[in-house]
Amino acid sequence: MSHDPHPAPPPATGHVLGAPVVRREGREKVTGSARYAAEHAPQDCAYAWPVPATIARGRVTAVHTADALALPGVLAVLTHQNAPRLEPPDDPILALLQDTEVPHRGWFVALAVAETIEGARAAAEAVRVSYESLDHDVVLTADHPGLYTPKEANAGHAGARESGDFDTAYAGALITVDATYRMTPLHNHPMEPHASTAWWAGGRLTAHDSSQGSTQVRNDLAAVFGLARHAVTVVSEHVGGGFGSKGTARPQVVLAAMAARHTGRPVKLSLPRRQMAAVVGHRAPTIQRVRLGAGADGVITALAHEVVTSTSTVKEFVEQAAVPARMMYTSPNSRTVHRVVALDVPSPSWMRAPGEAPGMYALESALDELAVLLDLDPVELRLRNEPGTEPDTGRPFSSRGLARCLREGADRFGWRPRDPRPAVRHEGDLLIGTGVAAATYPVLIAPSSAQAHAAADGSHRIRVTATDIGTGARTVLAQVAAAALGVPVDRVQVEIGRSDLPDATLAGGSMGTASWGWAVHKACTALRERLRQHEGPLPAEGLTAAADTGDEVAAGSPYARHAFGAQFAEVQVDTVTGEVRVRRMLGMFAAGKILNSRTARSQFIGGMTMGIGMALTEHSTVDPAFGDFTECDLASYHVPVCADVRAIEAHWLDEEDRHLNPMGSKGIGEIGIVGAAAAVANAVRHATGVRLRDLPLTPDVLLPHLP
Amino acid sequence: MKPFGYLRPGTVVEAVQARAAHPGAQFLGGGTNLVDLMKLGVTAPDLLIDVSRLPLDRIEELPDGGVRIGATVRNSDLAAAPVVRDRYPVLSQALLAGASGQLRNTATTGGNLLQRTRCGYFQDTSKPCNKREPGTGCPAREGAHRDLAVLGHSAHCVATHPSDLAVALAVLDATVDLHGPDGERTVPAAAFHRLPEDHPEQDTVIAPGEMITAVQLPPPPAEAHSLYRKARDRASFAFALVSVAAQLDVRDGMVRHAALAYGGLAHRPWRATAAEEVLRGAPATADTFRRAADAELAAAEPLRDNGFKVTLARRLTVSVLGELAVRRR
Repeated sequence: MSHDPHPAPPPATGHVLGAPVVRREGREKVTGSARYAAEHAPQDCAYAWPVPATIARGRVTAVHTADALALPGVLAVLTHQNAPRLEPPDDPILALLQDTEVPHRGWFVALAVAETIEGARAAAEAVRVSYESLDHDVVLTADHPGLYTPKEANAGHAGARESGDFDTAYAGALITVDATYRMTPLHNHPMEPHASTAWWAGGRLTAHDSSQGSTQVRNDLAAVFGLARHAVTVVSEHVGGGFGSKGTARPQVVLAAMAARHTGRPVKLSLPRRQMAAVVGHRAPTIQRVRLGAGADGVITALAHEVVTSTSTVKEFVEQAAVPARMMYTSPNSRTVHRVVALDVPSPSWMRAPGEAPGMYALESALDELAVLLDLDPVELRLRNEPGTEPDTGRPFSSRGLARCLREGADRFGWRPRDPRPAVRHEGDLLIGTGVAAATYPVLIAPSSAQAHAAADGSHRIRVTATDIGTGARTVLAQVAAAALGVPVDRVQVEIGRSDLPDATLAGGSMGTASWGWAVHKACTALRERLRQHEGPLPAEGLTAAADTGDEVAAGSPYARHAFGAQFAEVQVDTVTGEVRVRRMLGMFAAGKILNSRTARSQFIGGMTMGIGMALTEHSTVDPAFGDFTECDLASYHVPVCADVRAIEAHWLDEEDRHLNPMGSKGIGEIGIVGAAAAVANAVRHATGVRLRDLPLTPDVLLPHLP
Repeated sequence: MKPFGYLRPGTVVEAVQARAAHPGAQFLGGGTNLVDLMKLGVTAPDLLIDVSRLPLDRIEELPDGGVRIGATVRNSDLAAAPVVRDRYPVLSQALLAGASGQLRNTATTGGNLLQRTRCGYFQDTSKPCNKREPGTGCPAREGAHRDLAVLGHSAHCVATHPSDLAVALAVLDATVDLHGPDGERTVPAAAFHRLPEDHPEQDTVIAPGEMITAVQLPPPPAEAHSLYRKARDRASFAFALVSVAAQLDVRDGMVRHAALAYGGLAHRPWRATAAEEVLRGAPATADTFRRAADAELAAAEPLRDNGFKVTLARRLTVSVLGELAVRRR
C-alpha cells in the first residue's frame, strides 16, 4: 500500500468534537515555560510605572519631574506635556496623557520609565503632581438627579422597552412582587495583571499584550498612533484570564507603546494590582427594581425590570441588566428600563456576563419571591412561564433547553422532595437551605477569518487570530479542524494569538469558539475539497485554503438564539456568626454541542465559582471621601478560595441545534456565572426565612436577622 | 527603589548590635508583611537584618511543663507540633485559621506578632494615616471602617491588629522574650501590643532596637479545655471579623477557670478581663456567658459601619464557652 499523506477521511469524524482532549499548552503552563506578556524581555528593555491621580476630579496644574529624573537609571517621565500625541481613540479611556483633565481618582497623569522596574517605581513615587481639585460625586443612589435613560445599553440593546400595558396589568394582578436588589461594584481581577511589552522598529509597532483579542488591540493601536494596521503586530500568546477586562486595548498597551516611542527602547509595563481597579474596568453597581404580577396559577401577566446604574464621565457604559427580562418568561405586559448617571468614578466595562449576571440575579430572586407567595415549587413556577417564542421579538427559539435543564438538574441535584418551609433544617448551629435559579446567555457571533494548510508531509496547520485566555481555545480549534478535515487531532497544528494571522474576533461575549471555529471549519472544508480534487503528490509548498465568515454572520438568523441553564445550590448559614457557605452546587446547561467536555466543564464551574463570589464574598466599595475603590488587592477583594467551593458539578444536555454554526455550539464562557448568585441567595432565604436582597451576603448582612 | 542593605547575622547578639548601629534598620522574619509594606512604600528601611535563620527555630518543652517557642519557628511548624496540638490546641487552631498554607510556611512566630494592621488607609500612601504618618489624620474614622476597631480605639486611630496567633497567646498567659541593646526582658503577651491612644505609630511596647527571641507558654491549666473560633468573610485566607480564644475549666457546673480574648476588635488582642471576672465561680450557663460578654463589650464604641462586630463577638463568646463547658474530660 503506497503512502498517502492525505487518506480519505473516515465517514464519521464527529467523535473528536466533544472529546475531553487535554489542553495543548498544559505542560508549558504547569512547567512555567509558557510566556505571558510581561515575560518577554527584548534586548535593552526598559520598564514603566504609571502615576495615578490622587484627586477624584479636577485638573493637573503641574507635574514636577525633576526629582524623578534625577534618580539613577531613569530614562523619562511622560506627562501630558511631552507624551506622544494620539489620535482621538474610540474608547476615551485610551486618551492617556493627552490633557490635564482628571476625571476620576486613579486616572494616569504621568508615566515613569527607567532601566529597571524598581527604578521606574521609585521614579513614579518621586513625581510630584499639583492639582486644581473640584468637588466630586461618586455615590450612586436610586434617586440621583443626574439619572437618565440612555438610548442604548451595552451591546446595542435598547435603553428602554415597553410592551402591552404593564401598569394596568400589574394593578390588576392577583399576586404581586415588588422588590429592589442592590449590587456593589465588582472587579474582574484576572490572575495575570494587564501587562504589555512594546517596541518600535522601522516605523512598525510590536506589542506583547495581555489581551482577549489581538486583532482588536492591533486595530485600537493603529488608530491611536495613526498607523496602517499592517504596521502593528500584537501578540497575546498566553493570557492569564480577563473576564472582559482585556476585551479591547487597555491603558497598559498604549502607555507601553508611547513610552517605547518616546525613549526609543522596548518598554515593559505590568500594571500593579493596586492600580488595576481604577483603569481596566469593573462591573458597575446596580439598583434593580423588579415587579411581577401573576395569577393564582403562577403565570406572569406583568413584568417590570428597572435598572439604575452608574457610568463614568469619561464614557457611557450601561450594564444591560434589564435585558434578560426581555426573553426569559412569558409576559404580555412588560417594561424593561435602564437609567444611568455619570459619576466621577472609574469607567465601568465588561465583566463576565455583563447584563445577564446582575440582571438574572434580580429577576431570578424575584421569581423565587413569587414562588414563595404562591406556595409553588420554584422549578414548577419557571416551567409554567416558559414562552413559546421569544417574548420581546416573537421570534422562535432556535432551541430552548431551560425546561429540560430545570428537570434534569433537579433530578441530579436531589431537589425533590423539598420542604418549602424556611428555617426548619438544623444541623447544630447551622441552618440548611436549597435554592434554584435559571441561567441564560445570548448566542453571539462575529466575523472571523482563518487559513487551513495541508503540508506535503501530511500535517495540517490552522492559522487564526484567536486568543486562549485560559479556556483551551487552541485545543478546541484543533478539534474543530480535525473534524472538518477528517484527520486525527494530533495531525493538526494550531497557530493563534498573533495579529498577523488572519483577523478574528476577541475572546469575549462567549463567542470566541463559535466565531473562530466557524471560520476554521469553513477553511478546512474548502481545503478538504481541494485535497479531494488534487491528483498526485502535493506540491512542496502544500495546499492552503482561506475563509472568512463575514457573509454568514451578516446574514443573521430568524431565530432567537440563547443558551440556558439551571443552577442549584445548597447552603449552610451559621446562626452564631452569620457566615454563609455553599455546601454543594450543581449547574445544568443547554449550550448546543459541547466541543470539549474537559475544558467546557472547567469554564462552567469557573463561572459558577465566580457566581459564588458574587453572592457571598466579592464587593468593591466606593470611598465617598476619596472617590476610589477601597479593595484594591487580592487580600481585601475576596474572590472565593478553594475552601469556599466544596462540591461543584456541571452537567449539560446533549443539545442539537442546527441554527447556530457548523459545529452546533453555543458559547459557554459566561453562562456559568448567570443565575449562580440567585441560586445561592434563594437558598439562604430557604435556610433562614429571611430575604436579603443586597449582595454580597457577608456575615454583617446576615447577623441582624438570625435567631 | 530606595536601595537597602541586607545583613544575615549569625547570632542574636550580632543582630541586636547591627540594629543598634543602624537606626534605619528593620528586622526581617518571613517577610510576608514587611516586604509588602516596602513595595507599597509604607516603610523604607535602610537595612534589612534577616533574623529568620538565627538558631531560634526550636520548640522546647520546659521543666516546669511550659513550652518555649523560638522566634523563627514557622507558623506551619508551630501549628503542627504535637506538644502544641495536644496541650495548647487553641494556639494550633489560631495559627491554622490564619493566612494560607504558603504564608504559614514562611511566616515566623516573631514576625507574626509584629505584623502591621491591614487598614486600607495605612497601606495607601496617597492618603492620610496617623499610624503611617503621625499627625496627618485618620480617614478611616469616617471612611471605610467595617473591618476596624470597636474597642479601645482613639481619635487618632481605629486600626485592628490582624494576628490570630497573638489572640491565642493572650489567652494562654504567654510571655514574649525580648533582646535589646540594654539586655533581655520579658513582657506578657497580652500587654505586648498597645492601644493607639496618642501614638498609633507604636503598635507594641517593643523598644527601639529590641527583637523578639522567643515566646514562652506557661503550663496549661490541668483541667481546662481551649478553643479558637474565627468569623470571616470567606472560608479561608481572610482576616478575622471577630475571633475568640477561650480556655475554660468547669467542675460540677461551676466555672473554675476562664480565660477569654478577642481578635479583630481592637488595636491589640483583647484580653477580656471583665468577662473573666463574671465567669469565675459562676454557673456555667448560657446566661452567665451572655453576662460575661456583655460585661466586656459594654466598653465597645462601634463606628458607623462596624457595630455588627459587637453582636458577633457576643454570639461567638456564648457559643465558644458553651461548647467548652460541655466538653468531656
